[in-house]
Amino acid sequence: MDYEAVIGLETHVQLKTRSKMWCGCANEFGAPPNTNVCPVCLGLPGVLPVANEEALRLTVLTGMLLNCDIPRHAKFDRKNYFYPDVPKNYQITQYDKPSTQSGHVDFEFEGKIVRVHITRAHLEEDVGKNFHFESNSGVDFNRAGVPLMEIVSEPDITSADMAYTYLNALKDILIFGGVSACDMEKGMVRCDVNVSVRPKGQQELGAKIEIKNMNTFSGVRRAVDHEIPRQIDVLKAGGKLTQETRRWDDTAGITEVMRTKEYAHDYRYFPEPDLMPFEPSDDWIADVRKRVVELPLARKQRFMTMYNLPAPDADTFVNDRPLADYFEKAVRSASNAKAVANWVINNLRAKLTESGTSLESVKIQPPQIQELITLVDSGKISTKIAQDVFTEMFENGQSPASIVEQKGLAQVSDTGAIEQFCDEVIAANPKSAADFKAGKAAALNFLKGQVMKASKGKANPNLVGKILERKLKLA
Amino acid sequence: MLNQLTISELRTRLTKRAASSRELVQACLDQIKRVDPKVHAFLSVDEQDALAQAEIADRAIAAGLPQPLLGIPIAVKDVLAVKGHSLQCGSKILDKFVSPYDATVIARLRKAGAIVFGRLNMDEFAMGSSTENSAFGHTRNPWDLERVPGGSSGGSSAAVAADECIASLGSDTGGSIRQPAALCGVVGVKPTYGRVSRYGLVAFASSLDQIGPFAKDVRDAAILTRVIAGHDSLDSTSIPEPVPDYAIQLTGDIKGLRLGLPKEYFIGGMDKEVAAAVQTAVKHLESLGAVTQEISLPHTDYAVATYYIIATAEASANLARFDGIRYGMRVEGADPNELYMKTRGAGFGAEVKRRIILGTYVLSSGYYDAYYLRAQKVRTLIRADFLKAFEQVDAIVTPTSPTPAFKAGEKSDDPLQMYLSDIFTISCNLAGISGISVPCGFTSSPKLPIGLQLLGKPFGEGTLFRIAHAYEQSTNWHKERPEWTTKPS
Repeated sequence: MDYEAVIGLETHVQLKTRSKMWCGCANEFGAPPNTNVCPVCLGLPGVLPVANEEALRLTVLTGMLLNCDIPRHAKFDRKNYFYPDVPKNYQITQYDKPSTQSGHVDFEFEGKIVRVHITRAHLEEDVGKNFHFESNSGVDFNRAGVPLMEIVSEPDITSADMAYTYLNALKDILIFGGVSACDMEKGMVRCDVNVSVRPKGQQELGAKIEIKNMNTFSGVRRAVDHEIPRQIDVLKAGGKLTQETRRWDDTAGITEVMRTKEYAHDYRYFPEPDLMPFEPSDDWIADVRKRVVELPLARKQRFMTMYNLPAPDADTFVNDRPLADYFEKAVRSASNAKAVANWVINNLRAKLTESGTSLESVKIQPPQIQELITLVDSGKISTKIAQDVFTEMFENGQSPASIVEQKGLAQVSDTGAIEQFCDEVIAANPKSAADFKAGKAAALNFLKGQVMKASKGKANPNLVGKILERKLKLA
Repeated sequence: MLNQLTISELRTRLTKRAASSRELVQACLDQIKRVDPKVHAFLSVDEQDALAQAEIADRAIAAGLPQPLLGIPIAVKDVLAVKGHSLQCGSKILDKFVSPYDATVIARLRKAGAIVFGRLNMDEFAMGSSTENSAFGHTRNPWDLERVPGGSSGGSSAAVAADECIASLGSDTGGSIRQPAALCGVVGVKPTYGRVSRYGLVAFASSLDQIGPFAKDVRDAAILTRVIAGHDSLDSTSIPEPVPDYAIQLTGDIKGLRLGLPKEYFIGGMDKEVAAAVQTAVKHLESLGAVTQEISLPHTDYAVATYYIIATAEASANLARFDGIRYGMRVEGADPNELYMKTRGAGFGAEVKRRIILGTYVLSSGYYDAYYLRAQKVRTLIRADFLKAFEQVDAIVTPTSPTPAFKAGEKSDDPLQMYLSDIFTISCNLAGISGISVPCGFTSSPKLPIGLQLLGKPFGEGTLFRIAHAYEQSTNWHKERPEWTTKPS
């Protein structure tokens, strides 16, 4: 019997806010232990939470980026469980009335565009971090109360690679939207993976097995790659799978049981009485909507259709937003967008890397790229000369026309002048001329090169070719 | 003696320099030394700190500063955070905990010039109606030391009744200000939910808790309420409603005000003398020009059950933070779970454990809908009862407590009987409305105070003060003091 995997992901993302979720402490990674803390985030007796509005905005913004509905009534709830890193022994989260729900994310996977539905993206608070020493343990509460968003996907994912690609697409969206820095090294993105398997064609889902606390995307891919065959093997051997929570041992490359269903937590959710329901107004939502940006995939598709760019160029622009913005300022019509893209990607980017300058301080004004291309297209300068002109432009920001003017780089299309160069070259290279006549076509290129050299690169190469050919055939 | 006077009387004397704040604070400290070994209202008093504050206040008085509470010593229930002072909520589990911050009400008292002093005894985490659930000994009723002062703010009511302070703050989740005020013969106010910031009040049941004052008369209660009320950005449930000057509303004129008598509150089972005193008070209010009418609050019967589901559910989460990890008592264990169990097992008293277990149960998977969700629905009905009644009347009149102060130990083995002593006060918290208890008489033998409860609309404190003040000023009940506490030593 053939089996298929059904995978859903719960992705936790720290939001990019200046302060924590319920207090004014800095939302900052790497401070000495327990220095970004106050009575509120330490859960001291008598304190109350006050919601960080920017975190609410970023959550709703995420909902918009993930095509979610934005309910006009959301609320916070308490999720009760005891753990030393949870200062209040409950976590404030959104249980049955999240800030966003019912969306989807589209991304490229194996050459196609696929869709994963989003159940919800809701707002909660991060917890502290436990540290274990030789004879005791400690908790750092700097992270406690950092705004954390949980993005829950529908079980639309079918493989480890797809899970991996989904996570990267999600990460790109969140970074694009300015929602989170998504710095994996700093633990800003963590996920729980729900994996089940079922015989192909069966509607009913298999037992849901959750792998908790994954903090790298490659770890997720490896864990799922391990977990799917493990579950299938259990079933094939006649075994039965039951709902459980597992942990991923990255070193051993295996998952192992953390707790089975009977030890599952009863979180005893109930509405957080210290916070009012969140009921955003039309104006508030409209203000958030202004922050919606074009997403990576949409951007890629737009670059491909609007500018007729090939996929690799579009990808370059999706991944390098400033460069893409520069390109869009430089390009004037779709007809020669590819030429502009070439200059921007091949020349400008190379020069930036080479000189270690940033795009903000670049001296070439975007329209000057177009001017340069026009000079080439009109035959005013050769492509080769254009490279030199570009270098000049990059160094001093002068317009290409004035560089060509000053340095006398204009292409020579005066046939009289070219004829003279050709005559001289043919006279000086009788062997090559004889070779051409004997049928060696390559000899023409050599002679052409000599003419270009004699003209210091300014002769119009097309004309040189034509004139040389005519003269050699006549002679 | 200065400690027997009211805020308004004292403010006059202080501004005229007829007395100093230092003398006043000293008078309170002397009274505490004299009577508190018997009453045990205070868990601790930092005398030096109080006197130092008094000296600062005296300098401010000399400079002519006009704050409404300048130089007045106000004592606080052990549930309110005062920076640098012990905060134990009457519990062993907060062993040696010192608050690093001031509650908003404390900051407001200070801004108004008050001298904030003393930690007043209470039922552990405000759970109880007799102050017998304190981990640090019972508080006694100054009117009869064999009897309880009520609770949970029993220390706050007893201290005012015994003139150990000029006024005090307490908290009221189901009657914890009004019931002890009634049992000790002082004025107690439960403001509208959202009227007073809860920041710095250790939560028992967050959706029911409110901080309020205990005072020797209605005017003082009005002055104090004005000081502590108002929106606070640190409490998301505090409401940005302007705070009126309640004292100027105390005109003594209540002609034409409509008072509702809920028929569900005047039924059998009440102490006869309490019933009679309340009836007399109603007649008295009528004689002052108020118009009374019978009203109905049909869901009254469900109030106690509803309350004990919602309050315990919230408490089960609110008290989860007392776990021995970060502060307070810790009993070591082999792993965190064992540490939690040992710490909480040793740190909490029986009533607190009972309520945590009950609250945990009603929120459990499979029971939530039957208990918590249903209780929330009933709560909505109870609030609707009151809002409907307030379409017809300006305030509601009831007894505060069905009985006068009972004997220590009398109900402590029967939680249900104890719960029923809050039967008239609980609905006010569920509905989120305002309430006040004023003295309205005494039982004959022994002589024990009886309280009259007035319930008002949301943000109807002004009307309650006006009615209570008019009543009080035409009676002498509020002037009575337990005789032994007034004799000079």
